[in-house]
Amino acid sequence: MNWTWFHKFASPPHAYRLLGTLRPWLFWPAVVLMLWAVYNGLFVAPTDYQQGDSFRIMYVHVPSASLSLMVYSMMAIAAGIGIIWRMKLAHAVAAGCAVIGAWFTVLALVTGAIWGKPMWGAWWAWDPRLTSELILLFLYLGYMALRASYDDVQRADRASGILAVVGIVNVPIVKYSVQWWNSLHQGSSLSLTGSSAIDPSMLPPLLAMMVGFLLFFGAILCDRVRAEILTRERNAGWLSEAA
Amino acid sequence: MSRVTDAPGLWPLASRVLGRELTLAGRHWDQVAQPLLFFVIVVTLFPLATSPDLAQLRQIAPGVVWVAAMLSSLLALESLFRPDVEDGTMEQWVLSEQPLAWMLLMKTAAHWLVSGLPLVILSPLLGTGLGVPVSAWPVLMASLALGTAALSVLGAIGAALTVGVRRGNVLLALLVLPLEVPVLIFGARAVSLGMTGEAVAGPLNLLAAILILAVSLGPMAMAAAIRIGVES
Amino acid sequence: MPASAAPAGEALLEARAIELWRGEHHLLRRVSFRLNAGELLQVTGENGAGKTSLLRVVCGLLPAETGDILWRGVSILEGRDAYHRDVVYLAHLNALKLDLTADENLKAGAGLRRDTTRSEREAVLTALGVARCVDLPARVLSAGQRRRVAFARVLLSKAPLWILDEPTTNLDVHGVELIERLIRDHLEEGGSVLTAAHHGLLAGHPRARQLVLAG
Repeated sequence: MNWTWFHKFASPPHAYRLLGTLRPWLFWPAVVLMLWAVYNGLFVAPTDYQQGDSFRIMYVHVPSASLSLMVYSMMAIAAGIGIIWRMKLAHAVAAGCAVIGAWFTVLALVTGAIWGKPMWGAWWAWDPRLTSELILLFLYLGYMALRASYDDVQRADRASGILAVVGIVNVPIVKYSVQWWNSLHQGSSLSLTGSSAIDPSMLPPLLAMMVGFLLFFGAILCDRVRAEILTRERNAGWLSEAA
Repeated sequence: MSRVTDAPGLWPLASRVLGRELTLAGRHWDQVAQPLLFFVIVVTLFPLATSPDLAQLRQIAPGVVWVAAMLSSLLALESLFRPDVEDGTMEQWVLSEQPLAWMLLMKTAAHWLVSGLPLVILSPLLGTGLGVPVSAWPVLMASLALGTAALSVLGAIGAALTVGVRRGNVLLALLVLPLEVPVLIFGARAVSLGMTGEAVAGPLNLLAAILILAVSLGPMAMAAAIRIGVES
Repeated sequence: MPASAAPAGEALLEARAIELWRGEHHLLRRVSFRLNAGELLQVTGENGAGKTSLLRVVCGLLPAETGDILWRGVSILEGRDAYHRDVVYLAHLNALKLDLTADENLKAGAGLRRDTTRSEREAVLTALGVARCVDLPARVLSAGQRRRVAFARVLLSKAPLWILDEPTTNLDVHGVELIERLIRDHLEEGGSVLTAAHHGLLAGHPRARQLVLAG
């Protein structure tokens, strides 16, 4: 199999230009989708018979929670590719994923707390989803802390990459163990999502929001990877030519 | 010049690594005792911080013993690989033709023998102080035996990742503790089920599964991390 | 400026255009050399010129940015185990456990490659002039004695390629002469030596060459 195209794609100057071209094609559809979803979700969708208007925070909570996990997987896969094939671009992608993923996780936790206040009467309940989300945040923070503590970028790439791969093996176990733990303790069994049936008209804005978040993530990732490429290649000749 | 190929096999190598580690531990028994002492003191703090009432302590006993075991395992990890990297021994391991992952696993096993096993043996004594009934001793010890072994392997991955960093002890805790959450959940749950006389096979099997997974995949991660650690 | 010392013919060990960055510093610039059986190559240069880094790259401890290291014509990245079977590295660090005796240290250190007997270890320590230290813990040895014990591991390895980083550090005049004699013996038996040293080892030896790192 001929891998030249692959290496050409992965070469820093080429990737830098390609990501720059790609970015607006992700960013503007994301903005349009999210605006449409905000309008339909907040003003068109009917009020929930059980939760009133408070369920509407779902339009931020659910996409950010699902993205937080997806971005972690993507980070681990990119890190694995970087380690196995010694590909710098993959490491740059993993590094870019970490910060964005951590922010999605924070967003999921904050919106979960805001949603929890009217539901449980407290800002925090040890709901299994929120608890796994919190542990996911710790995994992100550990990854970022390890990366920051190495002076040398290449060592940081590989060490944090190993951690990401170990982490992704662990994530399903954490999720399962937390659910198991919660099922044994009675108490806050009222889950944020899932229990009450969703009205059909609530669904399209939610899907639009999820796709919008995904595209938005793609656009931000383009920016972050380009920034990573710039810092890593600051001594390379092609940069002064591109400037 | 002829090549030398009479290298020791896996098991002689394992006994050599274990023998060396245990000899070293024997000449530094004071350092070996420190995490154990830490474990005892942390457990002692809980009655002082909450209440001397055994009925009340019994409620939190599984959690107290398990959190103390986790912290004490963490404390011992800092000296797992760092001295060997600092005196150049680890470089020689990396440069030997021997499988690095296997040697690191044996080193971790030695580490568990001197830091995890004493904790398992001592646990009924501390459990008694927290109101754990004698009937729950077997499950307490079994859960700690499986669990501390898994903690040693998971912790060793973290220790290997932070060995190339100047001051890695807080970082080590940040990396390792979230990974150890399932062990804590299953371990503490097994103990509390055992105390009320319920079936404990479920969580113990899950602990064993985690241990098997950690032992089969962990050493590769350790070896990759150690290769980065000795680069400097 | 490419630093090179390359005679013609098939080389046992070959470094091709090694480049290494350390942070912002371009340490090794297209370093190439070849080393044959029975030859000594001495890497010289100022402090910070990258002597130790070059040795660590050649060992396979440090990955180079670009370039290849070939051992018997095979890249060391592909034939890592075969290469490591044939090479012994004496680093700045002696790799001695201070709580173990010289003999225990050698047993564990050399034991990674092959089983050694007590008499064999004693013989090597005697050859290095530290027979008295056999059963003393490394903690009580002087810096020079520790260096000699570390060198005993090199002799016990029976590896054809020795990579020695400042082998004579902390040694007195007699110690330096001793190491030079051992290196000469190794070359005569067909072994090869790559070393980094401040002062010239084996000056005037017909099979000793120098590689100067510009820094």
